[in-house]
Amino acid sequence: MMTTQALPSALAAIVDDFQALTEPERLQLLLEFSQGLPDLPDRLKDHPELLEQVVECQSPLFLTIETERGSGSVRLYFKAPAEAPTTRGFAGVLHEGLDGLSAEEILSVPDDMPELLGLTRAITPLRMRGMTAMLGRIKRKVAASTAVRS
Amino acid sequence: MKGKVMSYPVEQNEKFAAYAHPERLVSTEWLAAAVESGAVSSGQLVVVESDEDVLLYETGHIPGAVKIDWHTDLNDEVTRDYVDGAAFAELAASKGISRDSTVVIYGDKSNWWAAYALWVFTLFGHHDVRLLDGGRDKWIAEGRELTPEKPAPARGEYPVVEREDAPIRAFKEDVLAHLGKPLIDVRSPEEYTGQRTHMPAYPEEGALRGGHIPTAASIPWARAAAPDGTFRSREELDALYLGEAGLTEGDDVVAYCRIGERSSHTWFALKFLLGFETVRNYDGSWTEWGNAVRVPIVKGAERGSFPVPVGA
Repeated sequence: MMTTQALPSALAAIVDDFQALTEPERLQLLLEFSQGLPDLPDRLKDHPELLEQVVECQSPLFLTIETERGSGSVRLYFKAPAEAPTTRGFAGVLHEGLDGLSAEEILSVPDDMPELLGLTRAITPLRMRGMTAMLGRIKRKVAASTAVRS
Repeated sequence: MKGKVMSYPVEQNEKFAAYAHPERLVSTEWLAAAVESGAVSSGQLVVVESDEDVLLYETGHIPGAVKIDWHTDLNDEVTRDYVDGAAFAELAASKGISRDSTVVIYGDKSNWWAAYALWVFTLFGHHDVRLLDGGRDKWIAEGRELTPEKPAPARGEYPVVEREDAPIRAFKEDVLAHLGKPLIDVRSPEEYTGQRTHMPAYPEEGALRGGHIPTAASIPWARAAAPDGTFRSREELDALYLGEAGLTEGDDVVAYCRIGERSSHTWFALKFLLGFETVRNYDGSWTEWGNAVRVPIVKGAERGSFPVPVGA
């Protein structure tokens, strides 16, 4: 079993919150994350072609990343419909846990981090695949942008 | 159960009257009136929401509706199969459903998960189970009431009834024996032809081969639904399945998709709206057939033939 020690602190805190709860409460927390997912900024809202679809998610989920000049912080942007609260909830977890971190910190997150949330049984492995795919896509995009810059 | 009086009145309207089994559908207007009359809160009518998204019910649902999740409630956790009679009886009772309850099921995505739940209820021989025509999306589009409040229904009385799979469920061996008789593939055209591309770093969706079962007609499930999520009219469904797919009255039909959920929607249309007596849903579907050793498949847009020529 992985521990949360290797995770960036914001993500580790989210994982700890989930792990401290019972299964029904974890679902409720995921619902809260879905409600907390920020809207896209206007410049992206008007340019859906700048976002990429994560096809493994059962419902449409689009995302993109931007690296801030100077600080090198990675900003994450997600779009998922309100009718897909589970997908939105996963996006909300990744946004709160990873937004603003450095490329290195994001790349260090283990690929199977979503398993740590303790949702697999309640959500089912099929639905968890979407979350793992979302994290994988973020890491691939971060790795690609790092390669371009160096 | 034959001849038993339905426990809740059947909706009468012109659209439904054209279907073979009008008693299997209710409209949003009818359900709204039933909610208003107190029939749902009193448990006289049980409304069940069944969605693809496991949290959608929690965001708001039809007042008095209970939730049944296709995956966590209806599938066995260990074996790739449905729950057994004891587990179904417990689930039903806990949701306020008795053996003679009238159950109305609705859900997202033009009711595909709702149709899947209805199909599982039918495996257990539940007598009076209906779909809300148009499902969740139509209810919302009409600005009808939603609530996040979860009801606490009085426990139902549900006997342990063993599943009777044979009449409406096909296994792989049944499909092999069925080859030569009509099959409907309800997946997207890209899945049917096997040309669905597989981009670098995107995992494939769990099947080793792309294509379709030899001779299957391609009728994507959503073609049975209108833009508002309701079922197409009798005339339109006849044109689709009798015309385009080439079915004839009395045919023995098997429908399949990827895991049997979208094909439940088509199963419902064929069985209850068009009145085909023998329609089976192959829930193993492409995730089984596309991975099984030495079963014949056809690639491309042609239906193909059976037996498959040697060396093909």
